Amino acid sequence: MTAVSSTTNSRIKFYKLPWNWIATGGYLSFMLLIPTIALFLRAGTDKNFWAVATSPIALSAYDVTFVTALIASLFNGVFGTLIAWVLVRYDFPLKRLVDAAIDIPFALPTSVAGLTIATVYSPNGWIGSLLTPFGIKVAFTRLGVGVAMVFISLSFVVRTVQPVLQEMPKEVEESAWSLGASKSQTFFLVILPSLLPAIFTGVALGFARAVGEYGSTVIVASNVPFKDLIAPVLVFQRLEQFDYSGAAVIGCVMLIISLIMLLIINLLQAWGSKYDDR
Amino acid sequence: MTIAKEKSTTERKPLPKVQIALIAMALIYIALVIFIPAINVFTQAFKNGFLPFFSNFADPDFRSAIQLTLLIALVSVPINTAFGLCAAWAIARNRFPGRALVISILDLPFSISPVVAGLMIMLLYGRQGWFGSFLERINLKIVFATPGIILATAFITLPFVAREVIPVLEEMGSEQEEAARTLGADDWQIFWRVTLPNIRWGLLYGVILTNARAMGEFGAVSVVSGNIAGKTQSLPLFVEQAYKQYQTQAAFSAAVLLGLLAVVTLIAKAIVEQKTQIKEVE
Repeated sequence: MTAVSSTTNSRIKFYKLPWNWIATGGYLSFMLLIPTIALFLRAGTDKNFWAVATSPIALSAYDVTFVTALIASLFNGVFGTLIAWVLVRYDFPLKRLVDAAIDIPFALPTSVAGLTIATVYSPNGWIGSLLTPFGIKVAFTRLGVGVAMVFISLSFVVRTVQPVLQEMPKEVEESAWSLGASKSQTFFLVILPSLLPAIFTGVALGFARAVGEYGSTVIVASNVPFKDLIAPVLVFQRLEQFDYSGAAVIGCVMLIISLIMLLIINLLQAWGSKYDDR
Repeated sequence: MTIAKEKSTTERKPLPKVQIALIAMALIYIALVIFIPAINVFTQAFKNGFLPFFSNFADPDFRSAIQLTLLIALVSVPINTAFGLCAAWAIARNRFPGRALVISILDLPFSISPVVAGLMIMLLYGRQGWFGSFLERINLKIVFATPGIILATAFITLPFVAREVIPVLEEMGSEQEEAARTLGADDWQIFWRVTLPNIRWGLLYGVILTNARAMGEFGAVSVVSGNIAGKTQSLPLFVEQAYKQYQTQAAFSAAVLLGLLAVVTLIAKAIVEQKTQIKEVE
């Protein structure tokens, strides 16, 4: 009796839900939840999960992917902050054009980015030809993967640091100067600490993007295992060999790392907004 | 008065040498990473004049790639616009438990690798997938065909519209909508006459970003498409294929079209940003 009334109750509740809730929930489940569950189930039911996830080729692919992405995003942490600083604080010719160019990596399709980076940094390309005399090879090496990752993730740092720098009250700096702090002291002791949450958020966003990047890196790299083969390419190769389980296991490892990154980014953003309130 | 005073102090203070050095470093970095590769796309495509570029249009695979790319955008952008509005409305106008979680789930496609997104679609609709045998029985091809490509694109571009519209809806508040309701307007009228005019720039911004990503998506599409030239090869896939086969001219001719898409996207973005800024000042 109670069971019957509770089901009718829930049915009434379901019909009372506005149609846009049903549409949103339905679309989200269909597009995101069910596919994610399918991936976890496929990988989780694989008896060889650990063997595949920690096979030497997979470990080397994680190494190339995560270490290169980390170096690329830290590099952008420094230079992205510098670019944001220059764009906010200084005036120079064609500044608006430079500012707009920062968005190119967002707008340019990744395969085009890969194509042009591979060409420019190839031994007879514009930049590559300048580096060959020094014995530096960029295209089709791990360094090339790094350059592609730098390209892909630069915008994130600039675009997260820029607004924070813009809204920073001038009075704080001026009082530091008036108390006798030098230019560099003012920057490193006063300005930089309040920029740190934004810088770390930008670096984390860029890192997450670089780790998952496929289009530009697959074209720039030679995709040789144990040399410059990245994890997304490994997933792709497994699928090409119809090894769905193997692809699912490595894909699952990448998904878990993406979820952890998402969590870290949310925490960093919470830290940044706390700074705002103070 | 105060503005003039502030300006004079900032202009007097900075050390020009340091300033010039910093600007130079920033510009060199941007040039190496962004400017030179971007300019290279256009110079490589037209280095032998415009004729090789136009002669590529004679290639049926090239034309089919352009058509497929347009079709992908034509289907996936409206679907995600409609859904994005729906989701933004549900999230911005209601407070419910798990709201933050729903927003995080909505953001998933931004942090998942495109290849993993494609893999998920394979695991559901591929031959070995959950629905694989069912799809085979009803003779519906999703994977290695256009529906799968559109599905993958819709997955990747899902968050853009909702992400841009939610903050605008929240800022707008619901007072105007409630006023319209008390005056007897129905949901549809409220949406078209009150809400849409208020959120139009945010919505347009989201649509521009969705379209750019939909036309340019490579990773997810390349997993599910099978990359059959003339059939399931979109323009970004054509670029890679041509480059791999040492048809550099064809690769750059396709790349320059996608480069133009990026330029148009950036200009449209700048226009919308300017419009919204002007509105804020008013």
